[in-house]
Amino acid sequence: MTTVTNKADNPIAHLSEQDIAEIGEKLDAIRQEVIDSRGDDDANYIRGMIDFQRKLELGSRAVLLFSVLPPAWLIGTAGLSVAKILENMEIGHNVLHGQWDWMRDSKIHSTTWEWDNATPAENWKHSHNQVHHTYTNIIGKDNDLGYGIMRVDEEQKWYPMYLAQPLWNFVNACFFEYGIAAYDLDLGRNLSRPKDKRPESFKRGVKATLAKIRKQATKDYVVHPLLSAPTGSLLPTLAANFVANVVRNLWSHSVIMCGHFPEGVETFELASIPEKESRGAWYLRQMLGSANISGSKLMHIMTGNLSHQIEHHLFPDLPSNRYAEVAPKVRAVFDEYGLTYLSRPLPQQVASAWHKVVRLSFPNGWLETTNAKNLPQQLAALYKIATADKRKRRVMLRLLERKAAEQQELATAA
Amino acid sequence: MSEAISLRRSTLGAPGAGLALRKRLRAVADAAVHPLTLDDVLDHFHPLRRDTELRGRIVSVTPETAESATILIKPGKGWTGHVPGQYVRVGVDVDGVRLWRTYSLTHGPRPDRNISITVKAIPDGVVSGHLVHRARAGQLIHLAPAEGEFTLPTPLPGKLLLVTAGSGITPVIGMLRNLFLRATPVDADIVLVSVNQSESTAIFRDELREHAAKGHITLIERFDDRDGLLDVDTIDALVPDYAERLAYACGPAGLLDALEQHHAERGLELTTERFRPVALATEGEGGSVTFTKAGTEVEADGATPILDAAEAAGVLMPSGCRMGICMGCVLPMKEGAVRDLRTGELTVAVPGETHADGVPIQTCISAPAGACRIDH
Repeated sequence: MTTVTNKADNPIAHLSEQDIAEIGEKLDAIRQEVIDSRGDDDANYIRGMIDFQRKLELGSRAVLLFSVLPPAWLIGTAGLSVAKILENMEIGHNVLHGQWDWMRDSKIHSTTWEWDNATPAENWKHSHNQVHHTYTNIIGKDNDLGYGIMRVDEEQKWYPMYLAQPLWNFVNACFFEYGIAAYDLDLGRNLSRPKDKRPESFKRGVKATLAKIRKQATKDYVVHPLLSAPTGSLLPTLAANFVANVVRNLWSHSVIMCGHFPEGVETFELASIPEKESRGAWYLRQMLGSANISGSKLMHIMTGNLSHQIEHHLFPDLPSNRYAEVAPKVRAVFDEYGLTYLSRPLPQQVASAWHKVVRLSFPNGWLETTNAKNLPQQLAALYKIATADKRKRRVMLRLLERKAAEQQELATAA
Repeated sequence: MSEAISLRRSTLGAPGAGLALRKRLRAVADAAVHPLTLDDVLDHFHPLRRDTELRGRIVSVTPETAESATILIKPGKGWTGHVPGQYVRVGVDVDGVRLWRTYSLTHGPRPDRNISITVKAIPDGVVSGHLVHRARAGQLIHLAPAEGEFTLPTPLPGKLLLVTAGSGITPVIGMLRNLFLRATPVDADIVLVSVNQSESTAIFRDELREHAAKGHITLIERFDDRDGLLDVDTIDALVPDYAERLAYACGPAGLLDALEQHHAERGLELTTERFRPVALATEGEGGSVTFTKAGTEVEADGATPILDAAEAAGVLMPSGCRMGICMGCVLPMKEGAVRDLRTGELTVAVPGETHADGVPIQTCISAPAGACRIDH
């Protein structure tokens, strides 16, 4: 991945200003059609989903009261995992986007909703709705790209610490809700500031987040295990809650990685975005900066319809249950203007995203120039690069990139 | 009775201890369902219980005329009752959108605790049309506690004059039912001047005639298509002893204004109930936006987002993406109308009709369409 403007083969070079304006108008029309037809069916959908999710969670927790029995543990843990996934993905994420605000139901409103997650809704709405959705895939502006701890783009400088990024990514996936909480607080940047220079909003955010984490942990790791204690199910319930949280975290991390990480998704340079970006240009950035997951209806629901990431990024406040219906119309716009609509099944997208994490953990060109035969030499070279001083490393990195390019040329020539 | 209560109390031990235990159990239950509360969960099973948002379940929908119907409602346990003549705010989901309107209660306190409203479908009336033609038994609706000063005094004065027009009869029918459905009917001299467009559109026509036939009231019926529009000066002829009567009137603003003037000129008291207290300007673009907490008033044209206009005037505003996607700028509008700059869609808030907390609007994509008041 290279920012669009730095690519040899710029995927939007063929579009005129006029084209981009037209794309904007066409997408606006698609959006308007849905807004005009919102009604009872949509309201019933989200109310039904919330009703189902709460009853599933309640039922699963009831079963877990007897989780000392292995079948009860399995059923309860599976049910709770699904309930937590639905709560975060199809309900929480979408309600917090204001997708259901039009119903004017104070109980299902972005300003009143709180979710089953370590990060308070208020913090998340800022970092996600505001920063990520406005500055989608702009390097340096959109921290969702690598969450500030990973190298996700060839143009980002390589440091030896990135070698461990596949491991970090896995740990982050297991404890994703805490990773998100830290990310919403901009923890890394704020901790590196002297104490008295940290903004007031950060201190407030930390307080709110700690309070939220305490309540979340009390529920899953104190109250429910204690309620299960009379049947001797204290520890099994504790384990079940932990497993359900990890399953939910792994799942949501995977889904979210598929949205903007897979190979083929474009990123943008801040300098290339005009001060007043036109509606069409903003749409275009969302179109190229997102990727979909293809699959069944069940898959769409379990991903909170983030399987329709492209549609979601174009219309973040349309009800999630309508993305499937607008997808073919959106795709037709892609086709009409010769743009690539990225959509693959979940395993392929996840693999693609992980491949990128691994590839970029190495210096540019290293993986491409490595094969089974030269592995020892390559490892030795990598060790040298990692331990070299700044200046020497820069030279070695450039050499490696050149070598990879030459190899590529030879391969194409052959 | 008091003995029974004290007995029950004593078996429970100290009342304070019971309360403390309940509170503690409640805290555990809330902790177990965090970030929800126990109420959020119980609402899925028993939405009409006490100690939750006030709701009601529609028991029946009975047509009164072609365009009006009486909705009988079983209110939640939290319903604290009402006095005939009062009104209730009702929240109904129409095409998925919760809309609040106010209707007079047409049934006095009944033994089965049910309440009723009688709704006339007004042309283009989204909620009234929905309630008259589409509401069905079994549906849940939202309620607010009964409100209103349009109630009869106790003890009842000997002579009453009631003037109603159109659906202005609704609070009055509640009063009459309450007075005459009792085991011992009241002894009062009541004159009811009931004005309607035509005989066929007169709500409660037969019930009122029945009251008249039984000698409960003196009914003076006026139909616009037969008698022409009512001129309030003819009251003198219609009800010669009107000056001795405690007067109540409910109906459209024109009639009430004229009656108020008529009675004021003669130094007489009159209690009125207006259907819609505020005339709403939804036409035209732009207007003044009042921020209640900041105490600032900002003028904005129909093309400028409220957020921009307010910030330009120095109001500290919550904001986010400034393009309508992040919901970071949502504030409650208590009164007025705004237009969505992307779609042209109008959002209106009317005190007493829309939710008491206001209608949430996105200030970054909304321009005022007339004067509006925002709670911020």
